[in-house]
Amino acid sequence: MARAANFKNKALLFIGVSVLLVLAAQVLSTYWLSILTLVLIFGILAMSLDILMGYTGLPSFGHSAFFGVAAYTVAILSTRYGVGFWGCVGGAFLLSTAVAAIFGLLVAHTKGVYFLMITLALSMVVWGLAFRWVGMTSGDNGISGIPRPDLGEAVSMGDDVNFYYFVLAVYIAVFLLIYLFLRSPFGQSLKGIRESESRMKNLGYNTWLHKYLSYVVAGMFSGISGILWAYYNGFVSPSDVEITASFEAFLMVILGGPGTLVGPALGAGIIIFLQNFLSAFTERWLIVIGTIYILTILYLPHGIMALNIRGLKFNKTKTLSNDQTSGGTS
Amino acid sequence: MENTACLDLQGVTKTFGGLHAISGVDLNLAVGERRAIIGPNGAGKTTLFNLICGELFPSEGAILLFGQDVTKLPVHKRISLGISRTYQVTNLFPELTVLENLLLAAQGTNRAKFVMFRPMSFYREFYERAETILDEFNLQVQRDTQVKNLSHGEQRQVEVCLALIGQPRLLLLDEPTAGLSNAETQSFTATLKKIDPQITVLLIEHDMDVAFELADSITVLHLGELVISGKAEDIKNNKTVQEIYFGTEV
Ligand SMILES: Nc1ncnc2c1ncn2[C@@H]1O[C@H](COP(=O)(O)OP(=O)(O)OP(=O)(O)O)[C@@H](O)[C@H]1O
Ligand SMILES: [Mg+2]
Repeated sequence: MARAANFKNKALLFIGVSVLLVLAAQVLSTYWLSILTLVLIFGILAMSLDILMGYTGLPSFGHSAFFGVAAYTVAILSTRYGVGFWGCVGGAFLLSTAVAAIFGLLVAHTKGVYFLMITLALSMVVWGLAFRWVGMTSGDNGISGIPRPDLGEAVSMGDDVNFYYFVLAVYIAVFLLIYLFLRSPFGQSLKGIRESESRMKNLGYNTWLHKYLSYVVAGMFSGISGILWAYYNGFVSPSDVEITASFEAFLMVILGGPGTLVGPALGAGIIIFLQNFLSAFTERWLIVIGTIYILTILYLPHGIMALNIRGLKFNKTKTLSNDQTSGGTS
Repeated sequence: MENTACLDLQGVTKTFGGLHAISGVDLNLAVGERRAIIGPNGAGKTTLFNLICGELFPSEGAILLFGQDVTKLPVHKRISLGISRTYQVTNLFPELTVLENLLLAAQGTNRAKFVMFRPMSFYREFYERAETILDEFNLQVQRDTQVKNLSHGEQRQVEVCLALIGQPRLLLLDEPTAGLSNAETQSFTATLKKIDPQITVLLIEHDMDVAFELADSITVLHLGELVISGKAEDIKNNKTVQEIYFGTEV
């Protein structure tokens, strides 16, 4: 009963926000609409990272690796090989997922700080490729001139409003998919691993496999945001896969509240807004995000979603909770 | 199926560096048997459970479950054969509700655990099993409470519920009454006595009274070695056992 009401509230909120986002295209200036597009793209990235950080309990410092692989794939396929829109999307989706599937083999047996360090190292590998494999990636210069696709005769993505609608449609689909994923038996198992991996094993779960699959799924959704980014920006460069990019995604999740899905999406909004707003005043973006990080850890350890705004209760979840070790098995 | 033993340990040894936590233990449990393991602190009782479940691998010896050699199988594969355990130090999912804890436990041995894009709530069977067990343990009121907000006594009960809901054939209970008051211990013991008699139970217990109450036979473990196995009365009156528990050195 209380659950049903809660679900109804959430559904209404979801529909309301979706309608607002659709209407936004009619109201906002081009500048603000492009900021909002960016917020949605990075919202997908943050939500995909939340699968790992907030649900499986694996803090990743290298999540923009798949974002970057997808963005570069779109850039290379479209500018060098003249591949069409669906070919680029399919190729980027498959390649970023494949890279996640390979990286996953290297990281899924670790957790905590080790997981953090290995994911960081792997994202450096991707950055290294982007920077050094000049023949393919143009190195430091990046790749420009990625054409926005035309879907049919009338609908040109070159038009910012159309492109915004396209991103919004993907965003809503991804949100619903991740929402469903997290409520599935498999999604629940991830929370179990976050809370106590040893107990999960003793209930019959192959926890390695569950962690591995969650890593691949997170990488897959991260790739989707990378595809959108390539088309949004029309340009990719090594800075898309830098440590800073991964750290920003990390911060979006921490700031919003890990394990809440909606929180990281809001976190993305705040970070993107600040980035664009403050860039007019200061060059020192790293100092700004460093400060936000410290303030969040000190004053909002469960993120903004833990603020109980007007009785709207979302599940408060402890961040990155570590395994409760069992009697005698330490 | 012929009458194979439920659990068969053959010369199982576990060393941690120089320490022989378990040495040359032979133990045989018949289907449906209720056996208690007693022994002083550090005797190796929990280590024995960790070996049976696969959290640790033996340095020597073999472990057979339901007639199958599982010595090299990882934990989750052994669990899927039909064993489950509880922990001496409560090991639950603290941020999840009692119901969510139970559902996770129920699907652990079911293929449904891999389903990614269908809501959990579609699996009525798991909910029904959870409800049944909540009734049995009188935990209906706590159903939607986060486990971290339960009392210690309630957590000890949920600990056992998680192990039971997967419908195991062999249940390993590691000091289920640890840290409970006398009154709590008594009522909990009464609940445990009602566990389906078809389930084979291996119980570690510090409290002799509980051990004698729940088990048909008792095995004494001391310094990693099996000292003696037998009926409760024989164990009570055994000299060596008395020395281990009340005397000085052996
Ligand atoms: N993973 C481990 N690494 C090293 N030593 C261990 C490990 N696990 C247990 N031990 C040691 O093995 C011995 C047996 O420990 P165990 O936990 O099995 O005892 P126990 O009989 O369960 O004791 P208690 O009644 O206190 O629970 C102890 O000396 C313990 O310190
Ligand atoms: Mg013990």
